[in-house]
Amino acid sequence: MTWTEIKKQIKSKFGKKILKWFEHNDNRIYVDINPADLVEFAQYIFKELKARFIIASGVDTPRGGIEILYHFDFFQLPQVFSLRVFLKKPEIEVESLSSVIAGTKWIEREIHELLGVNFKNHPDLKHLILPEDWPEGNYPLRRDQ
Amino acid sequence: MSEIIPIGPYHPLQEEPEFFKLHVEGERVIKLDIEIGYNHRGIEKLAESKSWDQVVFLVERICGICSTSHPAASINAMEDLGGIEAPERAQYIRTIICELERVHSHLLWLGLAGHFIGYNTVWMWAWKYREIVCDVLEKVTGNRQSYAMFKAGGVRRDILEDDIPWILKKMDELKPSIDMFLGAVSDDPVIHARTKGVGILTKQQAIDYCVVGPTARPSGIAIDVRKDDPYFAYDWVDWDIVVLEEGDVFAKTACRILEMKESVKIIEQCLEKMKPGIIDLHITELPAGEGIGRAEAPRGEVYHYCLSDGSNFPARYKVRAPSYTNILSNEVACEGQTVADAALVLAAVDPCYCCTERIVIVDDDNNSEKVISGNDLIKLSHNKTEKIIKELGIK
Repeated sequence: MTWTEIKKQIKSKFGKKILKWFEHNDNRIYVDINPADLVEFAQYIFKELKARFIIASGVDTPRGGIEILYHFDFFQLPQVFSLRVFLKKPEIEVESLSSVIAGTKWIEREIHELLGVNFKNHPDLKHLILPEDWPEGNYPLRRDQ
Repeated sequence: MSEIIPIGPYHPLQEEPEFFKLHVEGERVIKLDIEIGYNHRGIEKLAESKSWDQVVFLVERICGICSTSHPAASINAMEDLGGIEAPERAQYIRTIICELERVHSHLLWLGLAGHFIGYNTVWMWAWKYREIVCDVLEKVTGNRQSYAMFKAGGVRRDILEDDIPWILKKMDELKPSIDMFLGAVSDDPVIHARTKGVGILTKQQAIDYCVVGPTARPSGIAIDVRKDDPYFAYDWVDWDIVVLEEGDVFAKTACRILEMKESVKIIEQCLEKMKPGIIDLHITELPAGEGIGRAEAPRGEVYHYCLSDGSNFPARYKVRAPSYTNILSNEVACEGQTVADAALVLAAVDPCYCCTERIVIVDDDNNSEKVISGNDLIKLSHNKTEKIIKELGIK
């Protein structure tokens, strides 16, 4: 499938659920969506469009919330497709993608411990890189602490 | 009766600290728990207090073996952020450094794998030929490791025209040794017995676990950042992506050896095609925005994401190393293997571990602990190889 076809399919499937479609250049695409639609999006692009999950980046923004970017690419295509969800403080939680994509297990644990995001229905949200006795509620990458 | 065999927190064979808990029943591994984080250095946080130029040096310290892959992804991210295109000569030089590094990294792994299955000759020879590559790197960059060559908008040092014939001569020296390893691996019945059908990662598992590089390609997934999202000079030279179907340790070994041949091909073409010219654009500022950079490290795709607020420091810097996804796939690749094989499977993704020698065997039922050294683990593997040699009747 070419990128033009993939783009068309995503746009026609999700329509108004796409809050913002931004192309930094031909190969770097950022798409803002509602956290509630995340699983549906991930399911569609991972299972139907055969995207590959690269990684997720969590960012504590000055806009009063945490942004998570889920980076994907498509088989043998140069485009990096980043789904962006904005989680408003103080209730920063989002559905876990681990049931859809096994490869998200670790990064969700990492974002959980570094930024305090609660991934709902994650099988085991324990510490990944911080020690087990790390003080609770202390998130190293948060800017408000 | 199930037992737990912990390997770690420092892996006895390789370099970086990781902790594997093998749940075994008799000889068979039934489950694997992986714990990382014993060497967390907070580099992403640290990057937020470094200038863009310093970030490249910082990320060079993430990995000591493939030290140029992270700077490569890093400058790709910065150039993506600023819409910068580095001069042609710089792109060729970058490609040469990256490929030299791939060859020495693969040789290093091959040596370790040889040592682990009891073929110390492979170990010594692989590391002997690795010296050729390190010599070239030293001549070109001034360092055998951590070359400090890359910067956004160019490279820091040129390759001298006078050195090119010497580098080409060294590449000629390297070629027969790669062929020799290929012959040794494909013809040796003992290596076949130890690696074929061991630790298979199926194509579907590879897709689910999102693995990359020489962990994905031997499982039939034709992904390679150098082809898919070409950077540097990779689409100006002719080379092939190595894809195999079996997904076992043998395929992973063969894939790496074949890749070295491609790397030498790339280096020779780059040296030939490189024309005199400027090597640096002297970038002083980067705009606000986001940048994504990728590079194909010896172990797979390195991924960097940077967020800039227009200042001299990144507002957020995210790094994803290839082992991060590859190691997790051991969860499925190790299942059903024997302990002697499982340790080989863990090493076959070429992750970075550390080598303090310690293993504790915990007997679930008796609560007893037995500490054995890393040498014993290697011995376990050597014994298996010797047994196969005897069974095959080879002297």
